Amino acid sequence: MKKEGKKKIWSEYQKEIADDKFYFVRSCIRQTFFPGSDTAYLKILRDVLGKDVYEDPNHTTCTGIAYHTEVVPFSTIQTVVARNFALMRENGYENYTPSCVTSFGIYSEILDTWHHFPEEKQRTRDYLRKATGREFEEPANLVHTSDVIYKFRNEIAAKAKYRLVNKETGEPLKVVDHIGCHYSKMFPSKGVGGAEYPQVLAGLVETFGGEVIDYPERRHCCGFGFRQYFVQANRGYSISASKKKFASMEPYKPDLIITNCPGCNYFMDRWQYALEEMEGKTYGANGEGIPVLSYEEVAGIVLGFDPWKMGLQMHQTDIEPLLKKIGVEYNPDDKYKGPNGEDLGLPKGLKFIKD
Amino acid sequence: MGALFDKLNNDVRFVEGINGCINCGTCTAICPAAEVYDYEPRSIVNMVQTRDDSIIEGLLKSDTIWYCGECMSCKTRCPRNNAPGLVVQALRGLSIEKGYFIESEKGRQQLSLKRMLGNSILETGYCVHFDHTELSMFPELGPVWQWVRDNREKVLAKVGANYKGDGPGAMRNIAKENLDELEKIFEVTGGIDWFDKIENNSAKKAEEMNLDIGEKTSKSSTYFRHVYTYNTPNKHNRK
Repeated sequence: MKKEGKKKIWSEYQKEIADDKFYFVRSCIRQTFFPGSDTAYLKILRDVLGKDVYEDPNHTTCTGIAYHTEVVPFSTIQTVVARNFALMRENGYENYTPSCVTSFGIYSEILDTWHHFPEEKQRTRDYLRKATGREFEEPANLVHTSDVIYKFRNEIAAKAKYRLVNKETGEPLKVVDHIGCHYSKMFPSKGVGGAEYPQVLAGLVETFGGEVIDYPERRHCCGFGFRQYFVQANRGYSISASKKKFASMEPYKPDLIITNCPGCNYFMDRWQYALEEMEGKTYGANGEGIPVLSYEEVAGIVLGFDPWKMGLQMHQTDIEPLLKKIGVEYNPDDKYKGPNGEDLGLPKGLKFIKD
Repeated sequence: MGALFDKLNNDVRFVEGINGCINCGTCTAICPAAEVYDYEPRSIVNMVQTRDDSIIEGLLKSDTIWYCGECMSCKTRCPRNNAPGLVVQALRGLSIEKGYFIESEKGRQQLSLKRMLGNSILETGYCVHFDHTELSMFPELGPVWQWVRDNREKVLAKVGANYKGDGPGAMRNIAKENLDELEKIFEVTGGIDWFDKIENNSAKKAEEMNLDIGEKTSKSSTYFRHVYTYNTPNKHNRK
C-alpha cells in the first residue's frame, strides 16, 4: 500500500524495539478479563517466533490504576516499579515488556521523572533498599507488548493462515484502531508513530490485509478515566465517551475494533453491551455489536489459533461474526465447553448474540 | 506565595505540569471530562497560577479537581507543554494530605476506591482481581461474565490461565513473601499512611453524616454505598 502525506511522515516515525530476550509483566485488567490474550501473546512469541520471553512469578502490579485514582502516592508507585525493575535484572533480563498500557505510561513517566529529577530516583533507591534490600537498574529497552507484535508483524503475516479480508467479497475488512491514551499521549516519542498518528495497530492491520478506518473521534479516550469508571456514580462519564466513539465510527461500518490497551478493550466491549441494554442500540451490522479484539488476539486469529483457547468466548460482544467473515475454521459447539469438552451450559439472558 | 502553593511546588508533577499557561483553552476543548462535567482544566490552571492560598484551598475542597479522568489528552495538545492532568494529580494529592477531600461529594469517593483497589493490591498483588468482579458492583460486565464466574475453574484453565496456582501465569497466586515486600514498601514510602488518611478522615465524615463507615474492608457499609453510588441531581453535569 502506497503511503503518502501524513501517513508517510508518521510511518517513518519509529522507536527502538528489542529483538529478543523479553521480560514479560502482566496487566491487572488483561489477566483478569482477557487472560487468553496473554496466552496467545506468549504462544506467538515463544512458539511461532522462537523468542525468549521470561515471566517471573514474583512480579506484581505496578499499582498504576491505584495511582491514577489517588489511592497510592507517587513515592510508593515509584518504589513498586523499582522492585519490578530489580526482579528483571536479578533474572538476567533488560528488555521490559508490560502487557498493560497504563503500566507502560507509568514506567515511561517514572523513567522521565528520574531523568529530570535525580533526587526522586535516589529516594526510590533508598526506599527500595530499606523495604526489600533490593537494588535496581533501569531497563535497557522499555516497550509495550503491542510494540513487540508490531515489530514482528511481517514474520507473523508470513506464517498466517488467514488475512483480514472478507472471504465472500474479497474486500479488506474495515478496522477501527483504538490506541490507549497512555501509550503515546503523555510521551509521544515513546509510541510508534507518535501521538498524532500512531502506527502500532494500523501497521499491524494493514500488514494482515485489513483497511484502517480514519473516523472523527479516532483519538478520543475510551472513557476509562480511572475513578470515572471504578466509582459507580461516575460511570456516565465512561459510557458517554465510548458512545461518542461508537456513534462516530458507525457510518464507516467497521468489521472490527482493535485495541492495544486492556482497559480500552474492556470498555469498548462492555459499553456496547450496556448501550444495547439501555437504549436498544447496536453499532454493528444486522443488529450485532462490533467485535473488539486486542492485537495479539487478532494475530492469533490470522495464525489460526483456536479462538476458544484464546478466550474469545469471554468477550461480551460476540466475535463470531468476524470469524465468519474471515472464514476461520472453528468449532462453534466448543465455545461454551470446558477444557475437556464438558458442557458448561450457556450464559443466561444473552440478547447480543444473533445466530 | 502561600503555604499550599509551596506544598504544590514540592510535587515534581506540579513542576512538570505547569510552565506558564496562556489560557488558550485547548486543554478544555480536548478534555473528555469537560464534555460531561461542569469542568474546565483551563480554569484550574488559571486558579493555581494566582498562587493565592484561599483560592487553592477552595479548589482542594471542591468537586472540581475530581472530575478529571487522567487520560492526559491535555498534555499532548497544550501549545506551551503544560499538563493540566499532572496539576490535577498534585492537587488531589494535597487534598488527601490535608484531609480536604471529604469536603466534596466527588472527593469522598476516595474511600470506595481505597477499599476496592488499595486493599486488593496488598491482598492479591494486583489492583484488580477476578474474585472482586461481582456483577453487583459492575453490572455492565454482562451475562457472559456471570457465566465465566460460575464456571471459573474450567473456563480459566481452558484459556491457559493459572487461577490461584503457583508459578507464573494469569491470575496466579502471589506468594506471601512478595505480598510482604509490597506491604513493607507501602509502609516505608507513605502508602500505608495514605490509606490511613483516607480511612480516618472518611470515618469522621461518616459520623458527621450519620452513616456507618464499617470495617476497613467493607464494601457494604452505608457510607461506602453512599459515596460509591450517589450523585446530587444536576450538581455535576455540564450546564
